[in-house]
Amino acid sequence: MGKYKAVIGLEMHCEMQSNSKVFSSARNSYNDNPNANIRPLDMAFPGTLPTVNIECIRKSLLMALILNCQIPKYMYFDRKNYYYPDLPKGYQITQMHEPVGVNGHITIDVDGQSKEVLIHDIHLEEDSASLDHYSTISLIDYNRSGVPLLELVTEPCLASSKEAVAFLEYMRRVYQYANVSEADTKKGQIRCDVNVSIMDEDAKELGTKVEIKNVNSFANVATAIEYEIKRQSELKDAGRYDEVEQETRRFDEETGTTIRMRGKVDAIDYKYYVEPNIPKFKIENSWLEEIKKDIPILPRERKLNYQNNLGLSEYDANIIIKEKDYADYFEECVQLGIDPKVAANYLTGPIIAYLNKEGLTLKDFYLIPAYLKEITEEVAKGTISSKQAKDIFNKSLEEKLEPKNYLSDNKQISDEKELEEIINQILENNPSQITEYQNGKTNLFQYFVGQVMKETKGKANPNIVRDILNKKLN
Amino acid sequence: MKTIKTIEELHQMLINKEITSDELVKDSLKKAHLLQTKCNAFVTILDDAKGKEVTEDLLSGIPYGIKDNYSTKGILSTGSSNTLKDYVPFFSATAVLNLEKHHVVPIGKTAMDEFGMGGSGTTAHTGNILNPWDTTRMAGGSSSGSAASVAAGVYPFALGSDTGDSIRKPAAFCGIVGYKPTYGMISRYGLFPFASSLDHCGCLTRSVKDAAIVVDAMKGIDKNDLTSWDSQDIHLFESLDGNVKGKKLFYIKEIVNLENYPDASLELKEHLNNFYHTLDYLKEEGVTIEEVSIEQNLINTIFSVYECLSCAEATSNMSNLTGIIFGPRGEGKGVNEMMKEHRTKGFSSLIKRRFVIGSYILQKENQERYFVNAQRVRRLIVDKMKELFKTYDGLIMPVSTGPAPYIDGSKDEITKDNTTNLEEHLQIGNFGGFPSITIPNGFINNLPVGINITGNCYDDANVLNIAYALESKMPYKNQVAPILKEDE
Repeated sequence: MGKYKAVIGLEMHCEMQSNSKVFSSARNSYNDNPNANIRPLDMAFPGTLPTVNIECIRKSLLMALILNCQIPKYMYFDRKNYYYPDLPKGYQITQMHEPVGVNGHITIDVDGQSKEVLIHDIHLEEDSASLDHYSTISLIDYNRSGVPLLELVTEPCLASSKEAVAFLEYMRRVYQYANVSEADTKKGQIRCDVNVSIMDEDAKELGTKVEIKNVNSFANVATAIEYEIKRQSELKDAGRYDEVEQETRRFDEETGTTIRMRGKVDAIDYKYYVEPNIPKFKIENSWLEEIKKDIPILPRERKLNYQNNLGLSEYDANIIIKEKDYADYFEECVQLGIDPKVAANYLTGPIIAYLNKEGLTLKDFYLIPAYLKEITEEVAKGTISSKQAKDIFNKSLEEKLEPKNYLSDNKQISDEKELEEIINQILENNPSQITEYQNGKTNLFQYFVGQVMKETKGKANPNIVRDILNKKLN
Repeated sequence: MKTIKTIEELHQMLINKEITSDELVKDSLKKAHLLQTKCNAFVTILDDAKGKEVTEDLLSGIPYGIKDNYSTKGILSTGSSNTLKDYVPFFSATAVLNLEKHHVVPIGKTAMDEFGMGGSGTTAHTGNILNPWDTTRMAGGSSSGSAASVAAGVYPFALGSDTGDSIRKPAAFCGIVGYKPTYGMISRYGLFPFASSLDHCGCLTRSVKDAAIVVDAMKGIDKNDLTSWDSQDIHLFESLDGNVKGKKLFYIKEIVNLENYPDASLELKEHLNNFYHTLDYLKEEGVTIEEVSIEQNLINTIFSVYECLSCAEATSNMSNLTGIIFGPRGEGKGVNEMMKEHRTKGFSSLIKRRFVIGSYILQKENQERYFVNAQRVRRLIVDKMKELFKTYDGLIMPVSTGPAPYIDGSKDEITKDNTTNLEEHLQIGNFGGFPSITIPNGFINNLPVGINITGNCYDDANVLNIAYALESKMPYKNQVAPILKEDE
């Protein structure tokens, strides 16, 4: 091991977020009760026909543009024919002849080094139903049947498990940044197939490619690649490289190994042909121009901006671009005039710690950038200490009140003499109310408190005001 | 010749209260049961059918039949296949829903060649469907039961579907009108698919006018069928004026010239002579009819192109029939065995043969040679036709080689020449999605024969009008097979 060069290609399947499924009007939300979100097409009842969700087409074009792909003039779909209980039609509608994007590329960072990953193609297809296996029966949930799926296929251009995982991590973020997918691996929204071969360092021709199907987490992708490189290298070392067969294997999570499924001879012929029920349609340039406007600033560009223009460390920048929500929050802070480093410190420190502790996302976070600014501004002016700032931050989060409420607390008038003077003036101006109060209309007490607050713009310490008023009136 | 009431006449009687919708429905049901004993035309007869309110709508209160490959909510829909022998859909085909808005009354679901894959009416899971003019003969297919029941006078119209000639051939064999409009004019949503790029909905009637009325009610753009289009500006019924002066038609020399068939049977000779004779009627009305020559090689490909494309699409379209979600569950260890048993038991051998052909054609190593080439040749044929439609209003051709063949094939008159092109040329209409209508144009050996007119896409009104003018010159309009009369 080590003396060979590994060549890795990835197929990344990512479920898109959309209101309805890609070819039916059922809701795209397969984590609901089983078989709640289905239309007749999703179970392939005879006579049903596919329709096309334009929003899914738009999102797939957006991804093709982000990946710098060539985009075809016309869009159409193909049928991939095979029998499996999770595939009710007996075929999957996908794109084989004319993917939504081909020959693309995207730059990622691996250990501080940039690397261009070549994209073979990205295509739009539908997901299958999901199967739940029990000891004697299997159940089928058709909620997932027809959920839009983007399959991204790289060229065999990655050299290590590290590069592969860096690419997957980066693409996961891109999907999120572009609002194309939640890209949540925990929800099974990303699934990968991995192709691995090895070759001598100086060899010109690629070695024998082994495909590992359905690897469900990035950690498993790394394990599968490393296992496969080791397995192939050991065979090569032993002079038995001819035993490395072009085959399909599966990843076994328990042992961290790969297991043979089928060889090349048994490869399934999917009998692809053009889906006749969806007419070919033209992708207008004007539409592409519209879509281009929705291309977000990608995480890598943002990171470089944070480092080069906003003076953040690579460490902080990396944390902030990890989630689009973080980056958006950070950028809003900067836009409001908060010092970038201060904003970054709050975000990477107490904010993320709080979110993790409470199991929240930034969407549910009370202290929006404008509120945060109320605190940082005072610190900058020197009116409150950083210790006070921390207290206000915590209190504001706890009580869900704007930080400025606590700022005025800090500066309230507690000087008895000062307050007595104000109160004397008020009593002098309200002789009739005093008489009424003393004749038994005791709720007028609150009226006097209110007058003091009004006079001091709410800064008077209410307890002291009450004490003085009590003395003077009773 | 016995004739029977048209939709307009029935409507007038309903309006005048000479008859009620209920009485029409009861009479229709009675005839359906009687015909069932003689021709086996139905999978289901809807004995609970009741009359409906009669309004200004020509179709209101009128009974009709539905081919069993239309999905009908709450009504058994088998496609005449054992794979769906107990299948009761929970939604109706768009074409059926569109008709329901006109208050028509379904009387039955008609038997057919299994899933539309046949032209004989001998592959239904309920047994052979017989020709009402002569029950030793085929009704033709695949819309066999629809053709037989309309021809026998059970009701004025029935729904059919047409992938190769499945409306237009049984119409000819049963002496009635069969019309498939331009592809996409009627939504296919809810029609069990055979070959999606060739499948059309349509109807069988006893007059061109009735066909126009029925398709006017069936058609319309449908959000559930992306291949459907907006035809709201097309009014077929209102367009029929019978004025065809100056129209131009052509026929294809390589297919209809008697010289191509030196060993022609008497039936075939008579059929072709009758075809030429029929053309004279149109000429009398000021229609120009010309013989056009098309490269023989191109003509010879029609049937193989059809076979390649239809079988390939069918294997994929019918992959949903696994017995897992609907249809009788197969037995066996594991899912694959269950699916295999369901399909082995469920399909007739004819269908299995087509699946084998379709699978073979779609295989990676064969696809370019068979499937892709067939698609290319389809395009060549369609282009050729579209070029001719720039000059001509339509193609006029005889349907098949004569009257319906015997079910027991040994009795048929044999023509030793290859007559495939004559038998299969209607498939051109499916390749291009062209509007195409068959009407009866005579009798040979006391059995009806038909003639077909096919025009350019979206030119349905023109095609129907020419058929309407021709129909008016001949005595076969509204004719009915005398099969039910004798027993009444």
